Amino acid sequence: MSEDASALPHETPLAARHEALGARMIDFAGWRMPVQYSSILEEHRAVRERAGLFDLSHMGELWVEGQEAASALDGALVSAPSRLAVGRAHYSMIVAPDGGIIDDLIVYRLADDRFMVVANAGNADVVSDALAERLAGTRAVLDDHSLATGLVAVQGPRSIDVLRPLTDVDLDGLRYYAIADGHVAGIPAQVARTGYTGEDGFEVFVDTARTGDLWDALLPAVQAVDGRPVGLGARDTLRLEAGMPLYGNELDRETTPFDAGLGRVVKLDKPGDFVGRAALEKVAADGPRRRLVGLVVEGRGIARHGYPVHAADRRTGVVTSGTQSPSLGQPIAMASIGVADGEPGTILDVEIRDARVPARVVPLPFYRRNS
Amino acid sequence: MSVPTDLRYTRDHEWVRLEGELASVGITQYAADQLGDIVFVELPDAGRELEATKPFGVVESVKAVSDLYAPVTGAVAAVNDALATSPELVNSDPYGEGWMIQVRLAADADLGELLDAEAYDDLVAAG
Repeated sequence: MSEDASALPHETPLAARHEALGARMIDFAGWRMPVQYSSILEEHRAVRERAGLFDLSHMGELWVEGQEAASALDGALVSAPSRLAVGRAHYSMIVAPDGGIIDDLIVYRLADDRFMVVANAGNADVVSDALAERLAGTRAVLDDHSLATGLVAVQGPRSIDVLRPLTDVDLDGLRYYAIADGHVAGIPAQVARTGYTGEDGFEVFVDTARTGDLWDALLPAVQAVDGRPVGLGARDTLRLEAGMPLYGNELDRETTPFDAGLGRVVKLDKPGDFVGRAALEKVAADGPRRRLVGLVVEGRGIARHGYPVHAADRRTGVVTSGTQSPSLGQPIAMASIGVADGEPGTILDVEIRDARVPARVVPLPFYRRNS
Repeated sequence: MSVPTDLRYTRDHEWVRLEGELASVGITQYAADQLGDIVFVELPDAGRELEATKPFGVVESVKAVSDLYAPVTGAVAAVNDALATSPELVNSDPYGEGWMIQVRLAADADLGELLDAEAYDDLVAAG
């Protein structure tokens, strides 16, 4: 993949289908992606109440294979992929030696000696390079499958009903954060029970060349339960309500996992060194410099990414993501603030244009599905 | 796209309905469609003096924040308070229930920069 800003963005294998559906397309992380098909609010509600279909073919799929794949990944990432059972997945991060987050990842164990690391589209090249460097000298190799892989997600309470008639994978036996080999609509696929919406749902990995066939089979099945295709706009409001971080907003190179409230992802108890261990041990011992909190804006206005946050008359931090919550009907935000200022119930002020607007600190997530 | 022929328009996609010394102001259907679902509208209080081409408020969709620019110079005479609780009216009825403010034109208000419907249509068609 090219980092050249002047290069044309990548096309997912579904670009023509998005356009035929009337999607508004934007350039996102080097890809031309649908931001919305009809209405972000309608797409959001479809996922919360029924089902939504997402094209995630822009995500990076990095395969790590070899006799030492597990131990090599333990040394490259903050989590302990060696502890994953085959067919299971976990949330992870790759950090720089200073502990700053390079990307957040999902790691799937496909076999004893084979893992799939899914990276954000905008970071896929950087992660691929860093992993290749960190695997050097081990008996594990990196194979970047990003452009060879299509990824389509079905998310929402009805997603299991949508997918069940189309697949030979035992979906009812597939646990959250598990992955299985099989077929969907006759297409060889890996089906994972993962997602980024706060709802039950599935992510289906197929060969790029079969992505169109997969979409064509799934779209009518989603529409049959009154679901709809969903673009990046609603993907963002869904993940924000679910309290899930977005790289570039909540996570970046200046932020350690502990600063983002995600210290649990870092397995300091795993044996051996890993990139970032010394720096992260220090943060774990000294305590983080910042904390990530949820805010509900109580005055008028929507807190947006980059807006300053004040505690009394002192600036304490910044809004990392904010929107009008479609599910709550209130403006919600995540903010990175001073560790002492973030107890739930605290009233902070968000600087929205010229005004200081009160906002209450609340526990994350903002939205939790009924299970 | 066809736009109401009895209105005047700005290059920033506001519309103006001129009625004597009063001018009602909103944003066009094209602007509302481009913004997507509108979830928040911030408008000036009655009495505020506005200057043509200067920002007078903000409209926010789920994704984006956009400034509103005064099409004319004058004082805010009325504000559509319904938008505080029902900002979606801007999407559903941008030329009617989704109006934003009414301005009492200043004596020296210059209306010459406003576009007629045909010119605005051309502007939108040109992208």
